[in-house]
Amino acid sequence: MPNGAKPVLQVRGLKTVFRTRTGEVHAVNNVSFHLQRGELLGVVGESGSGKSVTMMSLLRLLPAPPAEIRAGEVLLNGRDLLQMGADELRDVRGGKVGFVFQDPMTSLNPVFTVGMQITEALRKHMGLSKAAAETRAVELLQLVGIPDARKRLKAFPHQFSGGMRQRVMIAIALACDPDVLIADEPTTALDVTIQAQILELVKELRAKLGMAIIWITHDLGVIAGIADRVMVMYGGQVVEQAPVRELFANPQHPYTRALLKTIPKISGEREARLKVIEGQPPMLSAAPSACPFRERCEYRHDRCNAENPLRRAVDGREVGQGHDVACHWQAPAPAARETAHA
Amino acid sequence: MLDASRQPEPLVRVEGLKMHFPIYTGLFRSHTGDVKAVDGVSFDILPGETLGLVGESGCGKSTVGRALLRLYEPTAGRVIIDGEDVAHLSAEKLRQKRPTMQMVFQDPQASLNPRMTLAGIIGEPLDEHTSMSRAEKTQRIYELMDQVGLNRRFANRYPHEFSGGQRQRIGIARALALNPKFIVCDEPIAALDVSIQAQVVNLLEDLQERLGLTYLFISHDLSMVRHLADRVAVMYLGRIAELSPSKDLYSRPLHPYAEALLSAVNEPDPELAARRNRIILKGDVPSPANPPQGCNFCTRCPRVFDLCRQVKPDLQEVEPGRFVACHLFSDKTTAGTTGVPEARIEHNQQGASK
Repeated sequence: MPNGAKPVLQVRGLKTVFRTRTGEVHAVNNVSFHLQRGELLGVVGESGSGKSVTMMSLLRLLPAPPAEIRAGEVLLNGRDLLQMGADELRDVRGGKVGFVFQDPMTSLNPVFTVGMQITEALRKHMGLSKAAAETRAVELLQLVGIPDARKRLKAFPHQFSGGMRQRVMIAIALACDPDVLIADEPTTALDVTIQAQILELVKELRAKLGMAIIWITHDLGVIAGIADRVMVMYGGQVVEQAPVRELFANPQHPYTRALLKTIPKISGEREARLKVIEGQPPMLSAAPSACPFRERCEYRHDRCNAENPLRRAVDGREVGQGHDVACHWQAPAPAARETAHA
Repeated sequence: MLDASRQPEPLVRVEGLKMHFPIYTGLFRSHTGDVKAVDGVSFDILPGETLGLVGESGCGKSTVGRALLRLYEPTAGRVIIDGEDVAHLSAEKLRQKRPTMQMVFQDPQASLNPRMTLAGIIGEPLDEHTSMSRAEKTQRIYELMDQVGLNRRFANRYPHEFSGGQRQRIGIARALALNPKFIVCDEPIAALDVSIQAQVVNLLEDLQERLGLTYLFISHDLSMVRHLADRVAVMYLGRIAELSPSKDLYSRPLHPYAEALLSAVNEPDPELAARRNRIILKGDVPSPANPPQGCNFCTRCPRVFDLCRQVKPDLQEVEPGRFVACHLFSDKTTAGTTGVPEARIEHNQQGASK
């Protein structure tokens, strides 16, 4: 590693396929990335881009069959999760790696109290006694800003509002001091003012606890506010990866560039017309031999049909370390970029 | 823009609209209270205008849209659309009125009958309200499909064969079938992917320009509403907090809730996100079955004072064209001086347009 620091999570060449009656769906194709300690990596993409399936594959949370992880390695602190036995893997899930899902209603069990659901993780993973686990659970609820924590332990999920439920989910994910927290669209189901509360909470917790976070979302606004580095996914592949400011100031992939222009702004000049990305996302029914974005791309040429582009560095650093893009087309120099971005 | 817009008669005029849903409890199902989903809402929409209606889930914005078209029976108030009070029309009169007012629903999956073909869905309003011959009808269906950008070859396909964006186009074509004047768009893009949202929004704009439509655009997406709407009403817990021209609202929100709501929006710009001062509201929205005494926002308002907890503020014009329901503005002399974060005003005013 040129940076010196060893990443806490390193994913190489991950490939996940679903076998269905109508053929195979190549949901994740050759995805590689790494995560440094204390870093927040944003993963952006539309539905079907493979962002959730990638993260589920890391912990082997997908039902197999139909899912099959066909290739790759997932190194957590140097150990490959894909080769691990079931018992060891169970210690990782909810232990070293915490997971927060999109919908806090369906991911909490409605028939158990919130307290039971938090202490379950503590007793299984950390071997705490009942009393110790409860004390820790109260601490956790206080940490995520739930008032009257001791009393709320006895409450059921339906007695919490959406935002409060998501705080409970975060408390459960944080219960065992994870090295990595994976948050899959954690604020998508929430209203903007509640979303702002949760984003603020995550920023605070991160500063306090220093864990690495992977934050999956389709909302570029959220990413701009919290991420250090961003990975853009399309059609099951990583199409661009860069530090957050670099990505927004200097997008290289035609998809990223177009995506940034389809969103109206909340301040500044009101745009006369929104840019449109014509067409639909690809079906992923065949192993990709061409660029997945080619049919919607305004810069496509012959090579895009013939060859799936590999990620190449944009700023001279190694792929994955700085800014890289998977595209045959060369974005114009910065002068022209300014107008494109405006 | 606003002075000019003062002259024409509004196409839609809503006065004191209330929509309460009764709560029945106990063995004898006795009436023990009401969910005050909409509690006294008034606004006008001018011909050719887009009024944005924003707010968080549960604030009553969709209920307003539905009560306007009398998909619910309003508890009180008047809804005058194109000269007639829709809220009090008889069933037959209402049926005759339906062609002028239509709706585009949020979920195109749920609002299209899976057993009808596309031509059947778009043609159904024509069967119901016109006496066109079969050939005329087919012609009209093709015309509508062209207008919303659906290929004529798709006429005999079923909804499941289409993607979300295309399904929303079918819903729009159906709404257009009877040449309506007024369309309620209830979160028409909320279920769509980002790259598809722009396609549908651009289509709505094109149609408005071409057909002179008037929209009530209901959405929780504040940046999309800014893009589309001429004026915007911000709702909170069944009442309008602020109703202002879009330009003014986004550059300088007056109501504390509007201010907090706008500051919570995530701008896709890391530089700006780092600089911005967010107002983080504490707590959750109270239940509309049991709203606070006094101002509905008083439990979360950062600038609350005693009067707010006792008296509900009325919506009143505090600046030309700007209506606010807040005691901070009751005394008009203080209206201009209340502290809106300075930095944000400066930034926004530079670029605010139209």
